[in-house]
Amino acid sequence: MFTIEVDSKTVETNGSETILSVCKREGVHVPTLCHMEGFPPSGACRLCMVELEGSSGLVPSCSFPVTKGMKIKTRSPKVLAARRTIVELLLSNHPDDCLYCSRNQRCDLQTLAAEFGVRERHYIGKKNNRDMDVSSPSIVRDPDKCVLCGRCVRVCEEIQGVSAIDFIHRGPKAVVGTAFETGLNVSSCINCGQCILVCPTAALTEHSYLAEVVAALSDPNKFVVVQHAPAVSVTIAEEFGIKPGKDADGQMVAALRKLGFKRVFDTSFTADLTIMEEGSELVKRIQSGGTLPMLTSCSPGWIKYVEQFYPDFIPNLSTCKSPQQMMGAVIKTFFAQREGLDPSKIVSVSIMPCTAKKFECAREEMGRDYVQDVDYVLTTRELGQLIRMFGVDMMEVEPDRADTPFGMRSTAGKIFGATGGVMEAAIRSAYFLLTGKELKELRVQEVRGLEGIKEAKIKIGDLEVGVAVASSLKNAAQLLESVRAGRKDIHFIEVMTCPGGCIAGGGQPLHGDQNAIKARMQALYQIDRDETLRVSHKNEDVARLYQEFLGAPLGEMSHKLLHTHYHKREVLV
Amino acid sequence: MTTVTQDIQPILKKYPNARRDSLITILQEVQDAQGYVSKESVIAIGQYLRLPASKVFGVATFYNQFRFHPTGRFHVQVCRGTACHVKGSLSLLDTVKKDLKILPGQTSRDRMFSLEVVACLGACGLSPVMCVNGEFFARMTPTRARKLLDGCRKEAVQS
Ligand code: SF4
Ligand code: SF4
Ligand code: SF4
Ligand code: FES
Ligand code: FES
Repeated sequence: MFTIEVDSKTVETNGSETILSVCKREGVHVPTLCHMEGFPPSGACRLCMVELEGSSGLVPSCSFPVTKGMKIKTRSPKVLAARRTIVELLLSNHPDDCLYCSRNQRCDLQTLAAEFGVRERHYIGKKNNRDMDVSSPSIVRDPDKCVLCGRCVRVCEEIQGVSAIDFIHRGPKAVVGTAFETGLNVSSCINCGQCILVCPTAALTEHSYLAEVVAALSDPNKFVVVQHAPAVSVTIAEEFGIKPGKDADGQMVAALRKLGFKRVFDTSFTADLTIMEEGSELVKRIQSGGTLPMLTSCSPGWIKYVEQFYPDFIPNLSTCKSPQQMMGAVIKTFFAQREGLDPSKIVSVSIMPCTAKKFECAREEMGRDYVQDVDYVLTTRELGQLIRMFGVDMMEVEPDRADTPFGMRSTAGKIFGATGGVMEAAIRSAYFLLTGKELKELRVQEVRGLEGIKEAKIKIGDLEVGVAVASSLKNAAQLLESVRAGRKDIHFIEVMTCPGGCIAGGGQPLHGDQNAIKARMQALYQIDRDETLRVSHKNEDVARLYQEFLGAPLGEMSHKLLHTHYHKREVLV
Repeated sequence: MTTVTQDIQPILKKYPNARRDSLITILQEVQDAQGYVSKESVIAIGQYLRLPASKVFGVATFYNQFRFHPTGRFHVQVCRGTACHVKGSLSLLDTVKKDLKILPGQTSRDRMFSLEVVACLGACGLSPVMCVNGEFFARMTPTRARKLLDGCRKEAVQS
């Protein structure tokens, strides 16, 4: 412990931190660009420079350790001038596209330029005019808007263990790109969108399908229906400036109707359905000596990851489609029949916290007769955009409820949106399926929370079931490696591609920090506390769907519509 | 594809238990053996060193010495070192690019020409310098460069 001086104020430090972390704690604003909370500093952007008394130049606060008695100035004219110069240099070859840019008003570079009051072009650089990469169904890259901060590269490597992208070339030619600068679609990218969340500019954005959806909504020959994922209702309000943690389910449903969707369904319904199928599959595998541990299959980034990097684990993947695709399948079959609709007239839209869902819905396994079950996937952010575009005041509308025949959902289906949620829901129902009794305590605390890997042993009758939950693929890989190395005590593994689960998905509102993610998670568990239908196997609409249409879990119809198979993928680059 | 990947296995075998610090040496050896670093080689090297292809490619492109296309029948080098720059190598390079319709680092579709920009060929007294298949051409001008390249084309037709 010793003290240092920040802007003439004496502050305490434990002595083993950086100048930046002291400043943050003390509420002293230091702008950063390349810095990422929880990662070792990279020192790439130099925006965080501060003046250190007794040293001639400026020092980068994000990587500079505190030393006893040091005196720091964070807002001297010299510091401010240096920072402004950095911003001006970043702008010098930047396309001045703000008005036409998807990050307009949500862009960190723009904010910096505004904060520093940049009013003149002191540096005019050559514009690059590089090609955009629109090859991926999920992610669009615009290298001209990249400021080479490296955040995407680090997330892709250090959180996801994918490394689809890296710095290519050097000096003025440097870009962030794939090996051989191919399109992302043929790269190892698993479409998670975590890179979008950390990108300060519009260099990385989702592949938007808003135009297609708007066109469908205005086509009188189309019957446009929509489903929304469990994690969307607890984040959409952030798009309208409400602080994280608000569940706006009813208002969002009402807003979706106002936008012109003929039916609004809650994907949590098919999350319940997934639990019936996946729970039965797990029980069957355990009882009949099937391949274990079984791995969940609802996160499409994870599926592609296994296909590419762990193909030997494909037999472990549950054959269940994801809730999105189950909903898509029952909409164009059961629902269409029930309403006397021609399935080819139905346009099935899905609002997801996820960019990989855009990839998933276009997989060839996910439809029949060359018709996709889900036609377009919009992210939470795109839904926000659509609501603004149509001028619907979402926070003012009268709340509404999801439509029949899929109107009911349990809170087990709802908590799918957080890491550990699928596991908890599955445990609740597997217990019932195996023992015929309900769990006394439905809450499974061991699988809740934001740790990357969580484990528990669950007693079901005289069976002890080992479960593990991983979020982020780096963590998932760690679990798989331990299984490869011979661990036998895990029966069931839940994997969510995004760290924290869908509440932190690549399609969620930008600028969601750890606190925001916690608040979103809390909102989901609050719903689980408040409501009475808390287990999937008591969802009466699910039971009716089985009665009237599907038969029994794992039955022939389920097999046809709700299950699928995955295949090894050669990673091109 | 498989033939190329097999080709580099003997090279890789020379580096048992190699880690990423051997990457540059391996890339150099592969380029020496094959004249360029192919996509297949990048992937194979990556698998061998347990490095993602994007990293291998990123490191390789950091250094100017690596090529990612096979060289053409005529490998043309244009010097862009200081001495040559002063003597007008920029417009020389421009002429060559336009004449060959390829950029530095590329190979023409018919595999006739490949173009490379080099820092200094060590012949500053002769600047600006061009080099075709290792042969030096001194005090080049755009006109002489065009003639030189036409000469190459003629040679190709005759043989
Ligand atoms: S990325 Fe930001 S600064 Fe660049 S054009 Fe878009 S909004 Fe403007
Ligand atoms: S979407 Fe995910 S896998 Fe793809 S480049 Fe971005 S971070 Fe990497
Ligand atoms: S794409 Fe975005 S996150 Fe990646 S280096 Fe460029 S600006 Fe940074
Ligand atoms: S934030 Fe410190 S160098 Fe970028
Ligand atoms: S600068 Fe061209 S040969 Fe030295």
